[in-house]
Amino acid sequence: MTTEPVTTQPVTTEPVTTQPVTSTGQDVIFPSRDRYHETVAAYKTDGFAMLADLTAVDYLTHPGRTLPDGVVAERFEVVANLLSLSAARRVRVRVQVPEDSAEVRSLWDLYPGAEAMEREAFDMFGIRFAGHPDLTRILMPEDWEGYPLRKDYGVGRVPVQFKEAPGPR
Amino acid sequence: MTAEETPRVDLTTPTGLIGETEEGGQELLPRGETPPDELARERGSVLRLPEDTAAGEPSDMNVEIPDDETMIINFGPQHPSTHGVLRLMMELDGETVLRTKPVIGYLHTGMEKTGEELTYQQGSTNVTRMDYLSPLTNELVFSMATEALLGIELPPRAIWIRMLLAEMQRVASHLMWLATNGMDLGSTTMMIFGFREREMVLGFFEKTTGVRMNHNFIRPGGTAADLPDGWEDDVNVIIDTIDARLEDYDQLITGQPIFRERTEGVGALTAEEALALSATGPILRSTGIAWDLRRTMPYLAYDEVDFDVIVGTYGDNFDRYAIRFNEVRESIKIIRQVLERMPRGDYRVQDKKVTPPPRARIDESMEALIHHFKIFTEGFKVPEGEVYTAIESPRGEIGCYMVSDGSAKPYRMHIRGPSFVNMQSLPVMLRGGLVADAIATTSSVDPVMGESDR
Repeated sequence: MTTEPVTTQPVTTEPVTTQPVTSTGQDVIFPSRDRYHETVAAYKTDGFAMLADLTAVDYLTHPGRTLPDGVVAERFEVVANLLSLSAARRVRVRVQVPEDSAEVRSLWDLYPGAEAMEREAFDMFGIRFAGHPDLTRILMPEDWEGYPLRKDYGVGRVPVQFKEAPGPR
Repeated sequence: MTAEETPRVDLTTPTGLIGETEEGGQELLPRGETPPDELARERGSVLRLPEDTAAGEPSDMNVEIPDDETMIINFGPQHPSTHGVLRLMMELDGETVLRTKPVIGYLHTGMEKTGEELTYQQGSTNVTRMDYLSPLTNELVFSMATEALLGIELPPRAIWIRMLLAEMQRVASHLMWLATNGMDLGSTTMMIFGFREREMVLGFFEKTTGVRMNHNFIRPGGTAADLPDGWEDDVNVIIDTIDARLEDYDQLITGQPIFRERTEGVGALTAEEALALSATGPILRSTGIAWDLRRTMPYLAYDEVDFDVIVGTYGDNFDRYAIRFNEVRESIKIIRQVLERMPRGDYRVQDKKVTPPPRARIDESMEALIHHFKIFTEGFKVPEGEVYTAIESPRGEIGCYMVSDGSAKPYRMHIRGPSFVNMQSLPVMLRGGLVADAIATTSSVDPVMGESDR
């Protein structure tokens, strides 16, 4: 857990939104997985009317990445980009998702536009979004096995036969 | 590691991941077999809007129509008016569309995975093939993301060259849209005209970049080369011609009764729906929201040029047509200002880490040869970090989420394709309309499947 700033508020109502961290000049917040949905909901009531983008990253081979204090690095990260049209401001929500239970709450009930994006993240990374109405593959064939954008998924190769050249390898 | 060695996902969850994906979830099931919330979503009426004025909760749905009175038809993926390989599954009651489910993925080539295998130097050859109707926009957003991670400032001329090319690209893309939209509505005249004018712009691109499409011209650090000699005259001729001919097309289409009958009030979308569905670009602006990233979150030098953001009122097909039509005029306005104000100087940043040495130096200097060799074999290293950059493509917000682990290849390169996201608003637009209008409405979304499927 992040250490909450000392406030005059009672301990029971700890603020839902953690303070944004600046990353390459952009605001990023790192909620815990339990608070991911309510954090995004709080931002939505704050005027962030659009979910611009939602994707995921597999940090399998890069575990030592820079994270703010108190955030435990997990294998996956779900990254949601929220956009406030009134303030012309973006905020990025990065939530850590462990490998053994790759599941977060879906943002579909807040932003219906999350539907295709979460399906894509599921399709490519195998991250489940609880509460999503139709969590099926969107880009890959329905009977595909494996999740292509995971780092332990090989890159496909087709050997190219050049004219008058010895065979591949 | 091959696909076979990939560890199967831990099926600790109740349903199991594999099982869920093998049941053919992309099909449009008969009405009786579809759960109510899924049915509502496919009808496009399950938006949870801020004021709770949403078109309905699942319980409000009319599910009374028996299965045997409706028909599920499959539209595409190989159909001339689907703009590539879009497949629409539609449930029809007579000629009225009840539900629609867009099925995409036929053009998926794993470009995001490929992007992780290419260096930043090579990456723009990959992204330029995504949205094949506006390749320079893809290169631009990729380069801007890389430059944001590198923390380099571009020389003014590079910025203005990019702006010129981006606006020319917008003109070409919108003209192409006018052409295909004309074809979808039965106006083959407009199709010929649109392609003819687009070809002029592509001719300029060929002169500048060497190829008509998939240019790989805008690269991290600037552009690949300077503009060719006499580019001002070429551009002047192109924009003067297009500007004059736009007047003709305005007369040809805008006032035409048949065109207006077929587009006005068809495929309407409200502002709340567009926001909730993350629709951007002409779709969002057609609902009356003046959101254009060039104006609202300026990049390059768009805050220094004068142009108008075109907005619609009703969010219907006609508004989307009018927005694209007038955006061509606004782009021409920007191009005229670029012509006047194009600064002198370098077309790429003189940062030895990013920029290869000039070709002439390679012949005379061993160091330059080594430098050239290292940049083109190893690429340049980008500091660790992550960034999301977004620009206004002809279709909407195109974004690039780039994660770097400090090596010469992106650790993750995600492109937020406007076609991919805008496709979600299609079921809402088509709901309750006629199947004949479905073609016009699909066209008005302006989907490019190469970008949607990536």
